[in-house]
Amino acid sequence: MRWITAALIGGSLLLPPFFAGDFYINLASQILIAAIFALSLNLLVGFGGMTSLGHASYLGVAAYISALLTNRYGFGHGAAAIISISGTVAMAGFFGVIALRATGLGFLMITLALSQVLWGLAYRMSNVTNGDNGITGLTRPAPFGISLENPVSFYWFALIVATMAFVMMTIFVTSAFGSSLMGVRDQARRMAALGFNPWLIRWITFVYAGFWGGISGLLYVYYHKYIHPTSLSITSSAEALLGVIAGGSGTLGGPAVGAALVLLLKNYASAYIERWNMLLGLVFLFIVLVMPTGIAPGFSRLVAKMRGERIDDRSRA
Amino acid sequence: MQFWIIQGLNSLSLGGLLFLLSSGFSLIFGLMRLANLTHGAFFMLGTYIAATALRAYDGLNLWVTALAAGFAVAALGGVFERLVLTRLKTNPLGQVLVTLGMSFIISDACLMLWGGDSIPVPTPRNLQAPTRLFGFVFPTYRLVLVGLAIVAAVALYFLLERTRLGAMIRAGVDDRQMARAIGIPVSNLFTIVFCLGAGIAGAAGVLGGPILSAYPGLDADMLPLALIVVILGGIGSLLGAFVGSFVIGFIYTFGIALFPELAYIILFLPMIFVIAFRPQGLFGRVGA
Amino acid sequence: MTDPALEVINLKKAFGGLAVTQDVSLVVRPGERRLIIGPNGAGKTTLFNQISGDLRPNSGQIRLFGADITGLPPYRRAHCGLSRTYQIITLFAGDTIQHNVSLALLGLRPSRWQIWLPMSHYRDIAVEARQALDAVGLLHLADRSISDIAYGERRRVELAIALAQRPRVLLLDEPLAGLSNAERTTVKSLIASIPRETTLVMIEHDMDTALDLAETVTLLNYGRVIVDGKRDAVIADERTREVYLGT
Repeated sequence: MRWITAALIGGSLLLPPFFAGDFYINLASQILIAAIFALSLNLLVGFGGMTSLGHASYLGVAAYISALLTNRYGFGHGAAAIISISGTVAMAGFFGVIALRATGLGFLMITLALSQVLWGLAYRMSNVTNGDNGITGLTRPAPFGISLENPVSFYWFALIVATMAFVMMTIFVTSAFGSSLMGVRDQARRMAALGFNPWLIRWITFVYAGFWGGISGLLYVYYHKYIHPTSLSITSSAEALLGVIAGGSGTLGGPAVGAALVLLLKNYASAYIERWNMLLGLVFLFIVLVMPTGIAPGFSRLVAKMRGERIDDRSRA
Repeated sequence: MQFWIIQGLNSLSLGGLLFLLSSGFSLIFGLMRLANLTHGAFFMLGTYIAATALRAYDGLNLWVTALAAGFAVAALGGVFERLVLTRLKTNPLGQVLVTLGMSFIISDACLMLWGGDSIPVPTPRNLQAPTRLFGFVFPTYRLVLVGLAIVAAVALYFLLERTRLGAMIRAGVDDRQMARAIGIPVSNLFTIVFCLGAGIAGAAGVLGGPILSAYPGLDADMLPLALIVVILGGIGSLLGAFVGSFVIGFIYTFGIALFPELAYIILFLPMIFVIAFRPQGLFGRVGA
Repeated sequence: MTDPALEVINLKKAFGGLAVTQDVSLVVRPGERRLIIGPNGAGKTTLFNQISGDLRPNSGQIRLFGADITGLPPYRRAHCGLSRTYQIITLFAGDTIQHNVSLALLGLRPSRWQIWLPMSHYRDIAVEARQALDAVGLLHLADRSISDIAYGERRRVELAIALAQRPRVLLLDEPLAGLSNAERTTVKSLIASIPRETTLVMIEHDMDTALDLAETVTLLNYGRVIVDGKRDAVIADERTREVYLGT
């Protein structure tokens, strides 16, 4: 059953360039970027049991570093990407040390606080970040000389990166390390008694999540050719969290689905309703109250029920 | 010299305002173990109500408005608590997320109702004239705010330490299970405390109006401050909220004045340090 | 003279004003079967928590085969050969029994850091896990979920997990708690069959059943060691009677 769904989704991802117009292809690219971001967050939320409200930090920082290096200091995209991701990973390492002093609510608040610091910096250090105006006039890279300017080529690029991201994160989660991560999520004390180092396991996961958050940030800034402090805001982190929860933090692909839904909602809603934030808030309330385990599990529950199987809600890789 | 005095008074009045804001947050956090991310929005709602009411009705009393707004916001909080929060008793993460969602709803509603421009709130006429003290000139309203904060602190202290309701609240903060076991209606207490917290925030919003003005994003500016105060001062500790408010008031005011670019770092650094190294805050208890 | 398997030296622990461990000292020799008894609140589990590293003592030392482990976090103590079971069962509820035991086996292996290959790649873990389950008579339930089996069977899984790591010192926290008579007999014989390479230290509240398993006994009350020595001597001791009967 899973394979059929996976094949269907995989197949449908290959369709847009052939059947859709530019607008939809661009939308599809955005969905892929949001999916990578949500999947990276889910490493923390679903598999690690660490809910973060500051994941936008990694997307934003990677984006800003790349933007500044290419725009202000004349770096090539390749070098800028390497420096940007290295910087983001280093920051994740540092933030991880601070945030992991706490668990649960304390962790949530520290991640929130840290991302607010970055947001505030992006806003106020206008001589560096251009503040509220954001940084415009950015370019897309041309890997191996292939231009990514037109929607179709960018889409293929995003699809390749997203597939790599999905595969690598899946391998991570299904590995022996992934088993220990989920063990720490469920019974940290017992895992410690068994010889696992819970702090280090969480920290490594935190950094890895930051890495992929950074990758999504690069794709983000390449796509939009523009970066603004809002990408670092609570709203940005909250949208990703909503995507993860709505899609189902207990599954591998759920967050991608959730991220797609949030993005589509945002796009279509803003055509009819001015107040996206209010809608976001209402959707939050709805999902948490009505479908706390998310849509993907809800769907597989439905299938299981139809087949008469048992229902198990926890994250299974 | 004038600069330091003025900033000092601004720090005190901000501290007073912060106390009014964060006392509610601290109570909610202490009793319900809920980080109420809607708190900033409750405050902002009060400010907007003040902005509209006081501009529309010229002779309207600020204090009456504060009381009325307080009740209105308390009512809204109560409805939210009963309809949404009680359903999520077993899902603490969900509770935090819905308060976040609620804050988005309220802030967007304010944007919808009042537009994107900043709306100043008039200072009460009888407090507009400056006060002369020790040869310096002080804006009277700011002095009054400090006094109000002290009055509120005393009132809350009285409520918590000397009344039956307060005793029940303190019991609930100390040990929820035990309190329930000895017959304290914890779930009703939750509603009462949430309403109280929201109401104080709303009233504080009115009182802060003359200083801050009503503008979109006020909630996002105030919430982190409340968070920091409560974490610094210790969860569930009124004294902690009081001391923390003035400490943050000073840090924020002087920080913005001297290093505007680094304002956020200056603010959040203490909070991060406290969480990392002394999670119970200055006055709180371990195990919150 | 070989080092004692486990040595506790002048351990003290207080929570605020409440002293839960007051100057406790113990010496457990390799291969010994030690039973720690005492009324409710005597501080038995708190003592275990300090030995396993879940709690930090205020002062005192803990030594494992001569090595000072007082400052080590719990996971390091596991690598030194310490293992324990818990009073409240803390297994991985949604997973299969075999997965629970496999995870325990993974804990001491370097492959736990493997971010590429799944645990199933390591056949030797699966083999050993099934052996461990066989030893406690649960092989037929290997693929069942923990939430599906009876309480007594879960206690046996706890034991299997603790033994799977072939510990040098095993702390058993009330291994017989909540078991029916039949289950009790099974678990008792399992404990009795643990090889001498593993030193056993048990907490049991129910003295009658646990005494046959013990060679030496330590009686705790109010956080202090009251009597300590060979089983029969401790049972006959007046102070033991005092503690339990209040005469």
